[in-house]
Amino acid sequence: MDAIGVLMVCPMNNYLEQELDKRFKLFRYWTQPKQSEFLAQQAESIRAVVGNATAGANADLIDALPKLEIVSCFSVGLDKVDLTRCKEKGVRVTNTPDVLTDDVADLAIGLMLAVLRRICACDKYVRSGAWKLGDFKLTTKFSGKRIGIIGLGRIGLAIAQRAEAFDCPISYHSRSKKATNYTYYGSVVELASNSDILVIACALTPETTHIVNREVIDALGPKGVLINIGRGPHVDEAELVAALVEGRLGGAGLDVFEKEPEVPEQLFGLENVVLLPHVGSGTEETRIAMADLVLGNLEAHFSSKPLLTPVV
Amino acid sequence: MAGDEETPPALILHHLPNFKLSIFALLRSKYTVLDPLDDPPHPSFPELSNAARLMLCAGPTPVTAAVLDRYPALECVVGSSAGINHFDVAACRSRRIRITCAGDSFSDDVADYAVGLAIDVLRRVSAADRFVRAGSWPVRREYGLGSKVSGKRVGIVGLGSIGSRIAKRFESFGCSIAYTSTKKKPNIPYTFHANAARLASNTDILIVCCALTDETRHLINTEVMATLGNSGIIVNVGRGALVDEKALVEMLVSGEIGGAGLDVFEHEPRVPRELFALDNVVLSPHHAVLTPDSLGAIEDLLLANIEAFFSNQPLKAEVQLEFAS
Repeated sequence: MDAIGVLMVCPMNNYLEQELDKRFKLFRYWTQPKQSEFLAQQAESIRAVVGNATAGANADLIDALPKLEIVSCFSVGLDKVDLTRCKEKGVRVTNTPDVLTDDVADLAIGLMLAVLRRICACDKYVRSGAWKLGDFKLTTKFSGKRIGIIGLGRIGLAIAQRAEAFDCPISYHSRSKKATNYTYYGSVVELASNSDILVIACALTPETTHIVNREVIDALGPKGVLINIGRGPHVDEAELVAALVEGRLGGAGLDVFEKEPEVPEQLFGLENVVLLPHVGSGTEETRIAMADLVLGNLEAHFSSKPLLTPVV
Repeated sequence: MAGDEETPPALILHHLPNFKLSIFALLRSKYTVLDPLDDPPHPSFPELSNAARLMLCAGPTPVTAAVLDRYPALECVVGSSAGINHFDVAACRSRRIRITCAGDSFSDDVADYAVGLAIDVLRRVSAADRFVRAGSWPVRREYGLGSKVSGKRVGIVGLGSIGSRIAKRFESFGCSIAYTSTKKKPNIPYTFHANAARLASNTDILIVCCALTDETRHLINTEVMATLGNSGIIVNVGRGALVDEKALVEMLVSGEIGGAGLDVFEHEPRVPRELFALDNVVLSPHHAVLTPDSLGAIEDLLLANIEAFFSNQPLKAEVQLEFAS
């Protein structure tokens, strides 16, 4: 298979890169100084693209690769892949569901605890020497808080299961009602009005872009906390920043942003926010599992076997 | 005489100068509060304190034999902490003085906090937050990888009110639970280990949440931590002295253990400076109980127990002292 051209669109994982290099003819898109020239030269040999949450395969790239057969994503999110164009051209698409569900759910709970109990601010307090002058102020209890989940898929359900162990009542909003005992709300605003902590766990699509907007933020209110472990564009970031700075929203735990790796600097001085550099699936164990799925899907495709985790 | 029809019953208030609870004012309106720190002192302090039957110990104020000797009529001390390591328990036992503590008042908050610290250490939440706020993300492009929490082996030292709540929370993360305790507990589905070293050898996340006594001082020592190893982490929400802090610091700096989340220290508020450079360590200023809910719960419990004592009703959260008959 080492004659099969695979285009990796950005750096994402050393192990994955090494394995792709061993098994295929690997092209590293980010090292090419003139990308359109490179594509013109190499197009005929590229039969697979490997993308992630940062970069995938948009229509332009798909059209530039006439021999493209498969896009294998190192992520569960598919917002960077033009799925319609792939379907039109018969290009297969795979992602990495299930293997990262636990990590993302763990981090969502970790963010909730870090924001409500000010764990990061407490750590900073100790490191600065301030504890010698007095105790840190009271923080907000987490157990029993009402959790509202936008999107009750694999990750949303995993978050719900964990939060239940803290006696948190669970409610959700989703495109359709699910067979569960959790309380369903037909709109995100209603969900936010009845939640202490609102967590975004749905896929990013044109319909869910800015699903958390000014109206939702107002409904969540000055004691409410927003947790985003989905995608930056789920939230109207300008409205979010204004609400946090002005005290109209109680706090936020954010793993994703509209223009990563840029993070609005007005947030840096706020003690009621926790800011993470998109590490939802960022553990040694999970990244290896994700890489193995990418490799497994590619091997299956090029051996004419059934794909492991096909989306298209 | 204290407790008769005209004078409300006398209550000794035992606290450090800086430590106040919001119920002090209410207590002064209901009872004859005798606070040795009052300036000027209560006009009848000597006679009344000599006959006082109840003491409120607010905060971790040491209740020594010398303190107990000042109040010869004392029958009960109502304490506001989860722990009683600041009590001379033997002195209380020999004087047949009952002790009550915080019971379950703080347990949810401490359990939540322990889980939060564990996730923070393994997933580098505080360190990654610092990375973003320093503006490093656009420069360094990617943060390093953490370690998965779900499915790890959790080992709990002390399966009491707090430890059992920690177990319940970690179970929802698919973690296996094992524990060590002075005695194996009946009807508990978790694996029991006879000592901390055995527990540590089968553990990825070691949670320290037991009482501090003469027997448990430095329970977590070099041997236990070496057995835990560099893939294991320690979370301490008990008392600093449960862990050999000097050894802990050395082993964290050398990488012999994988990380630590510490809410308590041997000489609070002093924290070993060597820890400040470590991204796999999360430091906290003895904060786990500090929510309005926990403080409200302890104040309700204190008021209820004081009322119950003076009405000869059963007390809640009484420490079993096993008086000699």
